Amino acid sequence: MTLALYVPGTGVVHRLPAAAKLLALAVLAVALFALPSLAAAGAALAGVVAVGLLLARLPVAVLTRQARAVVWWLVALLAVHALTTDLRTGAHVALRLLTLVLAAAVVTATTRVSEMVRVVEAVCAPLRLVGVRPARVGLAVAMALRFIPVLVERADRIRAAQAARGGSPRGVRALRTTVAPLLVQVLQMAHDVSEALDARGADDDPSPRRRAQEAP
Amino acid sequence: MRFRRPGAAPAADDVADPARGIELRGVGHRYGQRVVLDGVDLTLTEARVGVVGANGSGKSTLARLLNGLVVPTEGRVLVDGLDTRTQVRAVRRRVGFVFQDPDAQIVHPTVAEDVAYGLENQGVPPDERAARVAEVLARYGLAGHADHPAHLLSGGQKQLLAIAGVLVMRPARVVFDEPTTLLDLVNARRVAELIAGLEQQVVVVTHQLDLLDGFDRVLVVDGGRVVEDAAPGPAVAAYRALMAVR
Repeated sequence: MTLALYVPGTGVVHRLPAAAKLLALAVLAVALFALPSLAAAGAALAGVVAVGLLLARLPVAVLTRQARAVVWWLVALLAVHALTTDLRTGAHVALRLLTLVLAAAVVTATTRVSEMVRVVEAVCAPLRLVGVRPARVGLAVAMALRFIPVLVERADRIRAAQAARGGSPRGVRALRTTVAPLLVQVLQMAHDVSEALDARGADDDPSPRRRAQEAP
Repeated sequence: MRFRRPGAAPAADDVADPARGIELRGVGHRYGQRVVLDGVDLTLTEARVGVVGANGSGKSTLARLLNGLVVPTEGRVLVDGLDTRTQVRAVRRRVGFVFQDPDAQIVHPTVAEDVAYGLENQGVPPDERAARVAEVLARYGLAGHADHPAHLLSGGQKQLLAIAGVLVMRPARVVFDEPTTLLDLVNARRVAELIAGLEQQVVVVTHQLDLLDGFDRVLVVDGGRVVEDAAPGPAVAAYRALMAVR
């Protein structure tokens, strides 16, 4: 499973600030839905692919992997629209979705998670007024990305352990027999991770005021 | 240069005395009614200290006491004279902690970002942060993996990353809680060599007795008490004898 998509590079897209790329992604999303034209959606898709391959110099596989991940959703959308409206509308909707998925892939492949986290922290900064700590929000985002593949691996391990002992539950029973032990493991891991965060200074605040409080 | 208000309490760095090492004075710890540690009095000043004991003997709790992850329910733990109960942040900056399972210690998705995490918490400026991360990654053979997803590393590389994430913070002392338990022989040897080469004071909790070769002092923990405290030879012999009668 590949969640961390960052592909190292020094091109112009890599050097753009993360905030600019995320803003561009948001503008593209709005524009795609504001312009009700199949041709415009097609042009946007071509533009996104051109930016990804020519400007950012990403490997083709980065984009095809993301496209493959949503291909069945696109087919389903086409089918639903073919039955309920018309094929042209279905193609338009599918094209919008594919364009946005690939644009998001270009942004994540050219932006380090730490840069994204800093944007999240900056956006959340005003929430300090109501007691929210932006650094904590940023850390939560980074940890979510970090631990999704770990949890998938743990779930696979539980299923393998069950299979090794002759168990091959399906349907709701499979969900129950996997989710319960996974939940226990997640809670144990959450305790271990909280200890690790403490050990690595998660409670430290680099502000001078907090440092002064360190005095005995 | 730092300025302090007249009459303000001295900063932790000003009152710390590194010559005192790690002191446990009348330390006991209970989880509810269960006594995990009882009557532990130690002063650890040696460069290499090993801790061995059976599962559930209390050795991991002992390790966690040393950097304030666990606060004793009885007695005091002092690091360079700083109390883990009241000056835990200063203590944790002095004592790094490496856990058994690196997956629980790596909190950022990519290698370099994870190593930088502790430095961000310390408020290290970005340029210095980048230089220190690059230096540590190069030293532990991870430079080529700086932008790689952490979950795609091998078990040995993950443990090296977890250790790098602690050492980049330049603690004066490092506690390792069973650092080689999940590793194969090759990676266990690499971690053992890494530990042997550290400048810092090191406390290692382990079941792998050969890891303790060349150590200055080994503690044997049993039933929540330190039952042997000697050089590796006699301490390991006492531990083997203790386990043989179980």
